[in-house]
Formats: sequence, structure tokens, C-alpha cells
Amino acid sequence: MTAELVREVLAQVPDPEIPVITIEDLGILRDVAVEGTHVVVTVTPTYSGCPAMDEIRADIVSALAAAGVDDVEVRTVLAPAWTTDWMSEDGKRKLREFGIAPPGQLLLQIRPRVECPQCGSSDTEEMARFASTSCKSMWRCRSCREPFDHFKAH
Amino acid sequence: MRPPHEDARSAHVPAGTPDGADPDVAAYCLRLGDDALVLAQRLCEWAARSPQLEDDVALMNLALDLLGQSRSLLTLAGEREGAGRDEDDLAFLRDEPDFVNAQLMELENGDFGRTMARQLLVSAYALPMWQALVASADADLAGVAGKAVKEVAYHLDHARSWVVRLGDGTEESHRRMQQGLDEVWPYASELFESDALLDRLVERGVAADPVALQLIWRATVEDALAEATLSVPETDWRPTGGRGGTHTESFGYLLAELQHLHRSHPGVTW
Repeated sequence: MTAELVREVLAQVPDPEIPVITIEDLGILRDVAVEGTHVVVTVTPTYSGCPAMDEIRADIVSALAAAGVDDVEVRTVLAPAWTTDWMSEDGKRKLREFGIAPPGQLLLQIRPRVECPQCGSSDTEEMARFASTSCKSMWRCRSCREPFDHFKAH
Repeated sequence: MRPPHEDARSAHVPAGTPDGADPDVAAYCLRLGDDALVLAQRLCEWAARSPQLEDDVALMNLALDLLGQSRSLLTLAGEREGAGRDEDDLAFLRDEPDFVNAQLMELENGDFGRTMARQLLVSAYALPMWQALVASADADLAGVAGKAVKEVAYHLDHARSWVVRLGDGTEESHRRMQQGLDEVWPYASELFESDALLDRLVERGVAADPVALQLIWRATVEDALAEATLSVPETDWRPTGGRGGTHTESFGYLLAELQHLHRSHPGVTW
């Protein structure tokens, strides 16, 4: 199987925490190399302690096994450090449709302006810097009064 | 951090060590890894006990970041040691005197104010340290730093905002915030101690210079305490010994909770 075909298979692997986006949308799939029958997939973690990484490694192996590739090695690299700037535009659109405000451009800002994914208003406020996963914070919209998650620029 | 010498690593690795082994870098990573691991374990004691749900979530997020950092650091420590120990061996199969975390990390949580005081002192040290280590001559350590620096920026922001809110709050919150700060303050001095290991690693451009770190730390902390209307504690007492394996009385209990599952059921996995 060629590297392109392996990539096509992996592009369908969903993120275990936010299954509307794939690991490719998220920008954590760093490299695919095919050496004969041996396939090396290189990924990078989002946050140091992201518990989804073990799940993602297992999902990569099982997705490729289903496609007939058995000899798979998943490597993890830390550098260069992952950033939400690597998230695809398609991925950001899917997050918004799912009700999660996508990350803005990374400006090393901790207090960004965030649009409500429900009504599009910019009149929003942060309720908590941390949320149900490492990558999100909790917000609410002052226009439509709905609470929502925001995927932090990182 | 001083500029690295091009051939520094080969010049400092004793003859006869395994390929890729570097005892100094191993020892340094073990310190940083133990710091992160022990503080993560302490923070986890707040699970389901925080003043409000959002802070339960926040403290667990901080702990998770620190746990992730410690996993990378202990893995790296094992690789540089070259004796075949992995992150689990180092976290679960060492005894109390083998842990080289600073005592500040293991101090009991106390009330929420004291926990936030400890977090402010630790994060105000960790942020400039990771900023320096992004340029470490050890490329793998620099990789860990590139992740950690972004995470710790949030930790500092969170701890600072709570210290300010409680310090500049009610009479009662001010009193307890000051008390918590006074209790943990003396232990911060250990973070900035120099020794022969650090001297060698700073010279090689691997480690952050503790003298420079202390200057930045002091400015960050004093700025936060001024806004929080808290006094900078004055004391000559400088407890020390964590880097050499001497720990406070409560540390053994922390370690027992951390290690018992792995030791009772060797090789257990989820």
C-alpha cells in the first residue's frame, strides 16, 4: 500500500474525544512512511497529558488492520510542538457545526474574542479557563444565553 | 542559559557508559519529572473537593498537564540513564529516598488558598524555566519544553488570578491567603539552589540557570502579591533536601497512594 493510500485511510480516523473531526483535521498526523510492508505513522500529541493519545494510537493500528495493513508502527514526536494553527479550515467548520467554537489564530493570547457557535454573536464571555478536556474552555453567549465549549488557541 | 559548546556532550560523558547515555541529563530530567509527577498527585487530591465544579475541572486539567510532562521527562530520564528503566519503573518502583523532587511539590494541600499559593510559586518558576529549555542543547528535552511552556502559561495565569481574588477579597480570604503563602514560601528557595550537576548542565547549555530563574520568579511573584494586597513573607528559614532524597513527613503517604496498585499487581494495565 502506498503512503497516499495509508493517508486516505488515516484521514477517516475520528478523534476519540470530539468524533466530528478526524486526526487529520486536528493536525496531529505528522507523517506516513511505507518501507516495503512496514508502515510508520508519526503523530504528535495535542497536550502533554492528553489521555486520548493512547486511544488514537490504537485506532490508527485497527483502521490500518481493517484496510489490510498489519505491520504498523506508530511513532510519537513532540517537536515541533503541536498548535491549533495546524487544524484544517474544514475541521474548524465541523467543530462550529458541532457546537464548539473553533480556535482563532494563535497569538499567544489567553483571553481571545470568541464567536458563539449557536448564534454567531461576538458578545460572549469566558466562564472557566478549563473544561471537560485539556483543549477546551467554558463560555457563554450573552445574546442567545447558551453555554458552549471553546477549543482554545494553543 | 549560556551558549552550548559544539562538542560539549561527548566531552562530558564518562567513558564506558552505554550508547546515548548521559548521566547528568538523566539526573536533571529525573528532578523535573519528579517535580511534575508529585505535584500532579497532590493536585489530584482536590478531585471532587474543590470549592466549585469549575475549579475541580481546572485543577484536574493542571494535574493532567503535569502528569503528561512527567511521563515525557521520566521516559527521557530512563533513556539517558541507559539502564532500561521506563516511565513506570521510575514512577512506581522507586522508594522515598530515590525521589528528587523539590519539597515544595509534595507539601500538603491545606486549604484552597494554600494550594493556590503553592501553584503560584511553582508556576512562576516553571514558566521561565520551560521558556529557557525550549532552546536546550538536548533536543529531546527542548521538545518536552515546547509542549510544557504553553501549558504552564495557563497554570500561572490561573494561580495568579486566584491569589489576587482571595488576597484582595474579604478579610477572611485575605487572612487565609496570607497564611497559606507564609506556610509554603520558605520551600520555594530550594527551586533555585545550584549544585555541581546544574553548573555542568548550564555550562553545556542543557539546563536553565537557577540564578536567572530566581530573578524572573521574584519579579513575577512580587507583582502578583502586590496586586493581591499580600505581604512578601520574610523568613530566613530555608528548608532543603528534596533533590537529595530527603522529604517531608507526608511524602511517604503520597507515594503509597501513587504506587500501591502497581506494586500490588505488578505489570497491571488498563
